[in-house]
Amino acid sequence: MFVRGLKRKCFDGEDDIEGTLAGIKAIPSYNLQRQSLLDMSLVKLQLCHMLVEPNLCRSVLIANTVRQIQEEMTQDGTWQMINTQSTGQASLDRLVSTDILCRSSRDQAEGKPVPGYGTFSKDFESEQAQDSSETMSTASSVQAPRNLQSNVWEMENPQENKGNFQKSLDQIFETLENKSPNSVEDLFSEVDNSYYDLDTMLTGMMSNTKMGHCDGLETFSSPTNTASNSNCKSDLNDLDHIVEILVES
Amino acid sequence: ADIISTVEFNHTGDLLATGDKGGRVVIFQRDQESKSRPNSRGDYNVYSTFQSHEPEFDYLKSLEIEEKINKIRWLPQQNAAHFLLSTNDKTIKLWKISERDKRAEGYNLKDEDGRLREPFRVTELRVPTLKPMDLMVEASPRRIFANAHTYHINSISVNSDYATYLSADDLRINLWHLEITNRSFNIVDIKPANMEELTEVITAAEFHPQHCNVFVYSSSKGTIRLCDMRSSALCDQHAKFFEEPEDPSSRSFFSEIISSISDVKFSHSGRYMMTRDYLSVKVWDLNMENRPVETYQVHEYLRSKLCSLYENDCIFDKFECCWNGSDSTIMTGSYNNFFRMFERASRRDSTLEASRESSKPRAALRPRKVCTSGKRKKDEISVDSLDFNKKILHTAWHPMENFIAVAATNNLYLFQDKMN
Repeated sequence: MFVRGLKRKCFDGEDDIEGTLAGIKAIPSYNLQRQSLLDMSLVKLQLCHMLVEPNLCRSVLIANTVRQIQEEMTQDGTWQMINTQSTGQASLDRLVSTDILCRSSRDQAEGKPVPGYGTFSKDFESEQAQDSSETMSTASSVQAPRNLQSNVWEMENPQENKGNFQKSLDQIFETLENKSPNSVEDLFSEVDNSYYDLDTMLTGMMSNTKMGHCDGLETFSSPTNTASNSNCKSDLNDLDHIVEILVES
Repeated sequence: ADIISTVEFNHTGDLLATGDKGGRVVIFQRDQESKSRPNSRGDYNVYSTFQSHEPEFDYLKSLEIEEKINKIRWLPQQNAAHFLLSTNDKTIKLWKISERDKRAEGYNLKDEDGRLREPFRVTELRVPTLKPMDLMVEASPRRIFANAHTYHINSISVNSDYATYLSADDLRINLWHLEITNRSFNIVDIKPANMEELTEVITAAEFHPQHCNVFVYSSSKGTIRLCDMRSSALCDQHAKFFEEPEDPSSRSFFSEIISSISDVKFSHSGRYMMTRDYLSVKVWDLNMENRPVETYQVHEYLRSKLCSLYENDCIFDKFECCWNGSDSTIMTGSYNNFFRMFERASRRDSTLEASRESSKPRAALRPRKVCTSGKRKKDEISVDSLDFNKKILHTAWHPMENFIAVAATNNLYLFQDKMN
């Protein structure tokens, strides 16, 4: 009945033994349960192991649940990590779309030939494998950070949104980062971690439809050889064309 | 056999269509009453089987398009042939099902086996004659309505004008003419300019059974909007808005998810509509928007299990509901192959099971009961023993008689009320 690998931390009525204890102990229990619900929701949103488009209704409902929890946590004042992520913002510039990551990863897993940008992201993946704190460069020339929700809807999206919610979502990701390694493993045991670490997967961002902003890409690509750089540019041109079609559709 | 994804009787009830996950449509026909086999009245036998949709690949998005049939809707019969609309996530098809029981014989230019005859062998002219043959049922696609939906189609509904129909996906509703495939009109669009602001999707839509200008659509936030196509071309402004105020005492993180409406159906009379959310079925009077007139709990015992059901994704299951012909009873499915019936006037409800073990052909079904408290009586089943993989999402009721079709995963059950 339960998803394999997920620790069952549900607050189903009768099972909440901790809740029966008086006063102080009940509150952290609720927080723990709320946190686990949040974690579960984020995992559900991010796991895209399907070749078929994910169910939009389900994604919207889960995202709304995440937002609701986040709002409550903010009001409660239990949200401790309200710190600006100036470095975080910069690295968000080079975050890759989860869709592309997931699809190209899957294609690699099955040994299928992938479209230009998919192959390209693979080049960068090998660069990133060891680095646990940095995020991956976008294969598809994205620049602006995106709201968590938008990456599960579709690829054609307008401007970046660096609103408060974005910041809060980053903080949610940090929460997960700060968890002990064991629980993180449990949460993602079903996910094949070979291509990217927790960080990148959780902060997977949207492709920007405004092509031609290769700044972030170029900055990142400096450590790589020039050959892959030029591959990048031609792939980007193809992608440009494709994304234009997407935007118009 | 594949998982059944939709079940629908035609307007006379003589035909029953099922669609499955493999894109196939199977049509059953009711045996005609005959003196030689009086007991066979009510048996449905396979009439036609055809592959409606094939899996496709969207090269632009690198995604598969499932061939699963989401909905089938029959057109009212206008001649000897039968027509139905079947749809997968992206494409709607109009199928013609026709019978052939005669064959022409005695052609001049070809032999009986179809080979062309040598012209010099034709010594006399004859008129071909029609000879009876074994009944053959042919299904042919007459129209293909494609490329109008970016998101997944969840509903189709034939208008009472018998000329148009609507198709609804997560964010848009389109209006089609049955004869025209290269053009459709968008009548509802709830896609926000900024997709990051998306918080609500369309879950179901249906035309009013009598008023050809009226349709309703339900949302993932538990609301229903009734629209009048006479008011404007784009029906983004609703004419009526149905929403029940939330009960603050039962609020939880799952409140929104369980309020999401999975199905909406007008009553045959056109005066009421019924909506199905995760735990209940509600009957609404079209003249009263602020709350439903009747609410029926389908499986309230699941309310304390919502977290587990969220974990295993069951909370997102989309159950359908249906009215009987006289609108006196409503039916919907549940888990463990249970389905529920509610008699509106008497408020009696029953729980029945569709499974081979619990029912023998022609034997009456035993009512089932789920025990919620600790003490389980004999014959009751406890909540924790319920099989959540056995879900009855699709049911259909004969338009005139007490005959129901229940789809349990990949099996179809037909039940009859023996009282009449």
